[in-house]
Amino acid sequence: MSASVINASSPVVARKDRGALWRAYGLLAPLVVFLVLTFVGPIGTLLWRAVADSELPQAMPATARAVSDWDGTSAPDERLFKPLVQDLKAVSPRDLAAAARRLAYEAPELRALLMAAKREAGDLDGSSARMQQLDPRWLENATWQTFKRASGPVGTYHLLSAVDMKHDYQQGLVAKDEAGLYRSILGRTFGIAAITTLVCVLLAFPLCVFLDRRTPKTRNALLLLILLPFWTSILVRTTAWMVLLQDQGIVNAMLLKLGWVNSPLHLLYNRFGVILALVHVMLPFMVFPLLAAMSGCNRLLVQAAYSMGARPLRVFFQVYLPQVLPGLAAGALMVFIVTLGFYITPALLGGPADQMISFYIAQFTTGTLNWGLASALGLVLLVATTLLYLIQAHLARRSTGAK
Amino acid sequence: MIRNPNSGPMAWFGNLGVSLSGCLVLAFLLLPILIVLPLSFSDSRYMSLPLGHFTLRWYEDFFSSSQWLSALFNSFAVALASTALAVVLGGLAALGLRHPAMPGKRFIEVLLIAPMIVPAVIVGVGMYFVFSNAGLTRTYLGLILAHTTLAVPFVVVNVGSALGGLNQRLLWAAASMGATPLVTLRKVTLPLISPGLVSGGLFAFATSLDEVVVTLFLAGPDQRTLPREMFTTAREALSPVLLSAATVMVLFATLLLLLSRAATRRS
Repeated sequence: MSASVINASSPVVARKDRGALWRAYGLLAPLVVFLVLTFVGPIGTLLWRAVADSELPQAMPATARAVSDWDGTSAPDERLFKPLVQDLKAVSPRDLAAAARRLAYEAPELRALLMAAKREAGDLDGSSARMQQLDPRWLENATWQTFKRASGPVGTYHLLSAVDMKHDYQQGLVAKDEAGLYRSILGRTFGIAAITTLVCVLLAFPLCVFLDRRTPKTRNALLLLILLPFWTSILVRTTAWMVLLQDQGIVNAMLLKLGWVNSPLHLLYNRFGVILALVHVMLPFMVFPLLAAMSGCNRLLVQAAYSMGARPLRVFFQVYLPQVLPGLAAGALMVFIVTLGFYITPALLGGPADQMISFYIAQFTTGTLNWGLASALGLVLLVATTLLYLIQAHLARRSTGAK
Repeated sequence: MIRNPNSGPMAWFGNLGVSLSGCLVLAFLLLPILIVLPLSFSDSRYMSLPLGHFTLRWYEDFFSSSQWLSALFNSFAVALASTALAVVLGGLAALGLRHPAMPGKRFIEVLLIAPMIVPAVIVGVGMYFVFSNAGLTRTYLGLILAHTTLAVPFVVVNVGSALGGLNQRLLWAAASMGATPLVTLRKVTLPLISPGLVSGGLFAFATSLDEVVVTLFLAGPDQRTLPREMFTTAREALSPVLLSAATVMVLFATLLLLLSRAATRRS
């Protein structure tokens, strides 16, 4: 009897639970749908464009099929020329222009080659001799390798370009001609972020110790002073640095007046100005987690170490620092992650040699319209950010869990 | 011998060093922003010291230029609209996330926070691809949707933490006295989490007001916002009117900061 009562009551609870669950999903649905449309979709499109290679198959489907079947190492022959001529006769000028632009990313001379072939398409029959007569480059392996790399609909060309590599069908992965351009940009981005993070740690540490030793009332008042820059627009802070650092600016005016320099220093449009402003923008991100770690630190352990005769340096490195390290690391990684994606500050304060990866992504998207490369560089940045964020989240959980 | 770390000449010098370096770093944080204020009232063209005579010329330039005024108006209109949208969507989602044992909860949480972490350029490029196909670039609607996306995580986080501090027994008490879930929400939950809603909304507003990267990708000539206008002006040449624009924005920042402090104090 009692068993049947229990059996009768449990479905009621389950039904109620299911109602609560559906209600919860219902509350989440609007935002999830919204973000799928405005965030997941766009990011997915970017990832897709990093591997998509649709211009050539769209304009010249038969050629794209033929080069896919071709092994990439043997000498080009009529199996490639016939579909090419067939496609050239049928293709619309607009599609051909898109395909030519795609081929020109890799080999600029191919644009003219393709356009010349289009003009002569009526006289071509697809024989090797006729192609040789048109332009000997049509018989070269390198020309057709470029076609093969662009034959899509999905390929690794843009992704490999983003790290200055190229897939050569005869030699495997090789470095591209313009060796090291994007790798050096990536290295520069990581370098600027690393220096910014280091300076932030060095500046935040004394500031946090100072704040940690104040009474709660003073500390809250002083925190307000740190929150003000935090709430102020990045653009305001960046323009303020432009005004300060310009040749006739306040910094130079004071240095001249003090007699420390004879002529104004060039502080703007170089690495120094970029890092100075980045540190200024990112410092609050470092201060808050570090201060939290410091106020959660057990002071009695420090006292105990002193009472047992440990020297101040030893107390600092063996007792104090291990306690604040998780908070310090979480803050530093956060600074590093956010700095990696910076665009505005380097664009305004840096010279051409100080631009970070975001600048080139923007440049390729709206300037030179190389969307494949823009997306591939975006993918590299996204992967770096995601990996670092996972580490950061792990550290942040550990530092709050320890308290 | 036991050393007392809190007294003696070493400790005194140590304290002095900490105070001195702490104050220097504070000055480094504050001065660049504060210096803008006096410079914006000075008639020195080079925006430098010594300060020239007092003038309101740069403010006159700002408030008499239809370009700057419409940028100011656009910034506000877009920020207000996206804050409203973000508060509604984010508030509802935070209520939904309260369910303790929802399958896929971790995944949904990551999705809702992600716009805060993914670099702005990546979001901007992705939106540029999708929105231009949907005819949303160069429209106010597109800009509002984009800013809402970037602002909504702040609402979810703030309302979520306000809900975390909510006493579950109050909800049970309301239910035990016959209140329907909707009545409980309106009469008990909402009043208790309103500080979280307000501070989330303020964060959302500040995010939209500060946003420039995604705006550069999406906005057309009609959707100039204040940061975008400052960016394009500063890129061409420094002009003192930038200082008055900056001062206006610092004032808004101060206002938002004080409001958010008031909101957290209330909770």
